Amino acid sequence: MSKKSFRQAINEALRQEMRRDPRVIVMGEDVAGGHGGTSGTVDAWGGVLGVTKGLLTEFGEDRVLDTPITEASYIGAAAGAAATGLRPVAELMFVDFVGCCLDQIMNQAAKFRYMFGGKARTPLVIRAMFGAGFNAAAQHSQALYPLFTHIPGLKVVVPSSPYEAKGLLIEAIRDDDPVIFLEHKVMYDDEEEVPDEAYTIPFGEANLTREGDDLTIVAFGRMVKLANEAADRLERQGISCTVIDPRTTSPLDTDTILDCVADTGRLVIVDESSPRCNMAADVSALVAEYAFDALKAPIRRVMPPHTPVPFASVLENLYLPSVEKIEAAVKAAMGHRVPEIA
Amino acid sequence: MNASITPITMPKFGLAMTEGKLAGWMVRPGSRVKAGDDLADIETSKITNAYESPGAGILRQVASDGETLPVGALIGVLAEDDVSDADIDAFIARFTAEFATDDADAQDAAAAEPTVIDVKGRALRVLDLGHGDATPVLLIHGFGGDLTNWMFNHAALAEGRRVVAFDLPGHGGSAKDVGDGSPAFLAGVAIDLLDHLGIGKAHLVAHSLGGAIALALAGQAPDKVASLALIAPAGLGPEINMDFINGFITADRQKTIQPVLGYLVHDKSLIGRKMADDILRYKRLDGAVSALMQIAATCFPDGRQADDLRPVLERGDVRALILWGEDDEILPVRQSGGLPPAVTVDILPGVGHMPQMERAADINRTIGTFVAQ
Repeated sequence: MSKKSFRQAINEALRQEMRRDPRVIVMGEDVAGGHGGTSGTVDAWGGVLGVTKGLLTEFGEDRVLDTPITEASYIGAAAGAAATGLRPVAELMFVDFVGCCLDQIMNQAAKFRYMFGGKARTPLVIRAMFGAGFNAAAQHSQALYPLFTHIPGLKVVVPSSPYEAKGLLIEAIRDDDPVIFLEHKVMYDDEEEVPDEAYTIPFGEANLTREGDDLTIVAFGRMVKLANEAADRLERQGISCTVIDPRTTSPLDTDTILDCVADTGRLVIVDESSPRCNMAADVSALVAEYAFDALKAPIRRVMPPHTPVPFASVLENLYLPSVEKIEAAVKAAMGHRVPEIA
Repeated sequence: MNASITPITMPKFGLAMTEGKLAGWMVRPGSRVKAGDDLADIETSKITNAYESPGAGILRQVASDGETLPVGALIGVLAEDDVSDADIDAFIARFTAEFATDDADAQDAAAAEPTVIDVKGRALRVLDLGHGDATPVLLIHGFGGDLTNWMFNHAALAEGRRVVAFDLPGHGGSAKDVGDGSPAFLAGVAIDLLDHLGIGKAHLVAHSLGGAIALALAGQAPDKVASLALIAPAGLGPEINMDFINGFITADRQKTIQPVLGYLVHDKSLIGRKMADDILRYKRLDGAVSALMQIAATCFPDGRQADDLRPVLERGDVRALILWGEDDEILPVRQSGGLPPAVTVDILPGVGHMPQMERAADINRTIGTFVAQ
């Protein structure tokens, strides 16, 4: 056990699974880290943000495939490889690039098991980085997990910390269905204690990062950290919150959400994705339908406005949910009169 | 400081505890208490424990129910009738001011952490506390446990002597190879650990399956054993609750593990989500579940305990104390019957399979006295 970053935790998960199972391969743009260039340096970067560093050296070109910039071809190839016996981990780099290969994911990989009468398995993992706060502008900053959650046949993982990332990625690689694994790009340097051994975290079981009596906060990915910070502040003001990290948006642990809302009677949802048809809307509908009687106050949602992610950092900060906005939403749900934070 | 005022501070249950929540006062303000009375329930991130009064006097509460405070912070004071309110107020103000400046020291003390050491090629996670001339103590936990099972006991027993706790093979942060999974094999590992640490002779304080391991160790190497203090030990009868063993092995989620952990204690509300989370974290490590299966297959084939270790106690060459919760749902308390008269048997009413957690203060006192004899 030692402190590891989100980046190291993901790298270790890939490395340990590649050692354990020769069918596990990694493919994508720049995963071999600079190998495709003409500089002569092998694995100079280990991917755009260094996550696959060292894999090429250890496992070679047969298992770490540097692909051309053609998402449709290599995501399609990964789906085919998965259906025919390998366990590929394909990296889409920025999740925003999914537009170029949505058919391969939505109409092919996600449908194989169903359309082949349950006889086909597609043990495919697609890793991609997502999220705003990195000054990467509108085409490289989206939080598209609701898009994948909408598609039956896909499992969707949004890890909230290094410990979670390692266990959930190993679970994803060992899973026999296509899994979309989304890494928030602002979190790569976050650190915490992570076991050196391989371990798994099952899909569809939410994690409670804290338990409280007054209000339940459901948060996704990096928002879990912000929700915990807000809950720390609120605790000092006498408001105790439960914070739920669902870990996976598909499958979603609806039982835990409903149980906690039944206990606390108040709900705030923190979602970094665009507000229409997002996870906050989905969870709100769930609670409104099955736990309406438990609610003591209207559900509050903390999410960005319905606009592209702005490039200017002042606007990007304004766009994103923040600890202050979560704190204000919780107080509003508790019946305090608080000024609206844009 | 006024000598007739006794501060009551947030206790430290286990090394990982840095703060605790005052779950509820059990004594009303203004009541007279004596040393050893239960004062309040203190909730840690793992488990709730009763806090006993360190002295006598009339209670004045400083912290209120539901407050979370760092270890060492003032939660109340005890004072006699003749101490004026002004003196008490001054005492509280002074204590609080000094505590704020001591905070850094308290953080340092909390830094004692387990280390993973190599013992004959096997990685064992060990927590080595205390020093002194008295014979050291080795703490051996039970099936599915780890060294944090001693969180309420380890530091208390380590006043004036070395006390070592470790994760058994296959458990916690130790390597997952458990050999044939028998008490004899695991006792061999414990002997290797004692040798590695330069401990020639130790008191063995052991719980449940750890009790069977301690008995096997005493059978193999009686010269290494100063005494045996066994809490609900395995090895003294055939029955064992296989719903617990099998449930513990197969459960992989909060919903499935919580009811299984309920078998461990008399008061089911002691089992918190955090405790279940820690167990799930361990069980999710590659190799952990197969290690547990191997131990269960060897120790409890056909749903009964395979090893009868009573002859070790009947031989009479090692001093022994047996402690057992009357409401133990894993190993029935009747297995403590029929032992040689030289063996002290202490049955604890209203206690389940985890007396060292459920009645930590009593157990620490009893074992502390026993090993000091």
